[in-house]
Amino acid sequence: MDNQQLLAHIAALTGSEPNAVEDTYGMLNVHLETSSLLRVVEGLKTKDQFIYLTDICASHYPDRVGAEFEVIYHLHNLVANQRVRLKVALPEAQLSLPTLTGLYAGANWMERETFDFYGVIFEGHPDLRRILNMDDMDYHPLRKQYALEDETRTDKNDTFFGR
Amino acid sequence: MSELTIKNTGQMISTETIDGDIATLNLGPTHPATHGIFQNILKVDGERILSAEPTIGYIHRAFEKLAERRPYNQITPITDRLNYCSSPINNIGWHLTVEKLAGIEVPKRVDYMRVIVMELARIADHLVCNSVIGVDTGALTGFTYMFQEREKIYELYEEICGARLTTNLGRIGGFERDFSPTFHTKLNKFLAEFPDNFEEFDRLLTRNRIFMDRVIGAGPITAERALEYSFSGPNLRAAGVDYDVRVMNPYCSYQDFDFDIPVGKDGDTYDRFVVRQEEIRQSLRIIRQALDKMPAGDFHANVPEFYLPPKEEVYRSMESLIYHFKIVMGETAIPAGEVYYSVEGGNGELGYYLVSDGGRTPYRLHFRRPCFIYYQAYPEMIIDSVLSDAILTMSSMNVIAGELDA
Amino acid sequence: MVKTVDAPDGIEGQGFFATSLDKVIGIARSNSIWPLPFATSCCGIEFMATMGANYDLARFGSERLAFTPRQTDLLMVMGTISKKMAPVLKQVYDQMAEPKWVLSVGACACSGGIFDTYSVLQGIDKVIPVDVYVPGCPPRPEQIIEGLMKIQELAKNESLRRRDSDEYKTMLESYNIYSAEK
Repeated sequence: MDNQQLLAHIAALTGSEPNAVEDTYGMLNVHLETSSLLRVVEGLKTKDQFIYLTDICASHYPDRVGAEFEVIYHLHNLVANQRVRLKVALPEAQLSLPTLTGLYAGANWMERETFDFYGVIFEGHPDLRRILNMDDMDYHPLRKQYALEDETRTDKNDTFFGR
Repeated sequence: MSELTIKNTGQMISTETIDGDIATLNLGPTHPATHGIFQNILKVDGERILSAEPTIGYIHRAFEKLAERRPYNQITPITDRLNYCSSPINNIGWHLTVEKLAGIEVPKRVDYMRVIVMELARIADHLVCNSVIGVDTGALTGFTYMFQEREKIYELYEEICGARLTTNLGRIGGFERDFSPTFHTKLNKFLAEFPDNFEEFDRLLTRNRIFMDRVIGAGPITAERALEYSFSGPNLRAAGVDYDVRVMNPYCSYQDFDFDIPVGKDGDTYDRFVVRQEEIRQSLRIIRQALDKMPAGDFHANVPEFYLPPKEEVYRSMESLIYHFKIVMGETAIPAGEVYYSVEGGNGELGYYLVSDGGRTPYRLHFRRPCFIYYQAYPEMIIDSVLSDAILTMSSMNVIAGELDA
Repeated sequence: MVKTVDAPDGIEGQGFFATSLDKVIGIARSNSIWPLPFATSCCGIEFMATMGANYDLARFGSERLAFTPRQTDLLMVMGTISKKMAPVLKQVYDQMAEPKWVLSVGACACSGGIFDTYSVLQGIDKVIPVDVYVPGCPPRPEQIIEGLMKIQELAKNESLRRRDSDEYKTMLESYNIYSAEK
């Protein structure tokens, strides 16, 4: 099944023509709405044999007002050797998505990591809490407005480093 | 088989106990048996494990945020520290990702050189894992012998890049220098001596009655569950699925080489051990083929924007000086775009999701770390087994803390 | 040819040897340091190579590695310590009995290393007192051995009263480590 046919399958699942682009590296990039995500992933898993969830991650684009966060899913069809990238754009005010743990057991920690770094809430997740950072951390560090270094450090002299 | 009920936290817990007493055991972050720092809070009934709750993040170093600050050639040292037992694979995977994004074609010789280095790294990684499985069952001799072999691999790395463990090896576009004659001498000596020493280690354990009784049946996982958990690498192959990124999405001219993928049956510790042993033999096969068929050519691509010019040129020619300055200061321009690239790391599919906005540092770099993803299945694999089997399962899964937490 | 440790200065006679107690204790302590390898990341693998046959840390008396703080003398912190791990490190240090030494191996343990990030402790000397720092990323096994040899020097020449002195107590209190009798 090539990328055009895959796009047609996804369009059949969403019920409308999704915004899709085939990137120059051969992988189909599909932009989905929050409402159609679970339907599409379930359809791809059960009917098109995309049984392998490669990864879930997120990204923060503060310049795109109204769609600041983007959650990216990589799926892999091991039989036909085809990969697809699904993206969902989310506004900061409504940063939640349905969880994929019902379909893929491996989505559990991947979604926890996305929550830890960006604050994306996955509805229906059995145990959504921080995984890599300390439990009492009160911000989501990979968002672009936060610095890399520890803000509370007092002993570093940046005079000579021009930061 | 006891009743397993799934609590609302997703943890599996068995509810049958012998006398109603459940003890909570903290297999804490610092523990001799956990190779790396991660915590497991176990609820045990005697020796039988009822539930396990892992906590990770004790070595979270924020690689992904750090990568947003560093120019592309300065990210190689941090990729080293992901799976630090086989750092060249991480380095070369990163270089391949950037080369794909920037559209750089490397000469065939570079591909073959990279294959040799990556397979050496894979041998080194599997040696650590298998010797540590031996140590956890009480067989310390194998550890001492195989670490000597690792020293020989370290010497080979030192010939190429100067470092032993965290190699920061190669550059975007190829290698810093061609393989020297000393490297070839040492590699041929290694290929001559290593198989005998390795077979000696193999004879100590693989068909050893005591070892087999100990590890067969410890921590099994079925192929279906392994795929649900997105396992990859030797752990998935031990469960019975022959998914290997080198064969499915060949990179670096792996399609030119003839090698087999060892596959297990039950996914237990013995299968994982034997799969890794066999993969070491297949890696040796690949290295020999790459050495025999090594094409002549350049050891780097002709990409002056990414690849440092030779120092003599920098002192003489203006363009070289400018390129050198730009590369060192990290001002090289990478085209905007996003790419997902994966290589077969020591533990499985190591993926790099790179989003570039055309600037000097990545906009977003996410590492798809195989250890992190398959360690989720650990509670399920040790439920209803004894504590000592839990320790074995953990060491046979080859959980490297650097890759777990990133 | 086995190299043995030189006897300290003293008065020797038929069947007796008189010297000062602290010299004898110094020699005994320095040549039988039992380490606790607190290996967290890449430096831990270099430590495993140091313990291996090629570099052999056991020659220096560090034959018995134990992961229990109660029975060891030297806390070798090898690898990055994150802020999540810092309380664990402090607790392990507290549980060790005097005299104890701390060897900080690797750039991450000494100062945070290349990880100047929000989650990494910028040097373990923010939570525990350190005796010897071994720089490197990772340091070669020879460097780790040199670090151990410097600890041996410290152990050999340490005054027997050092651990009870006020200066030592003030130093511990600056790390919020209070001794049992108070």
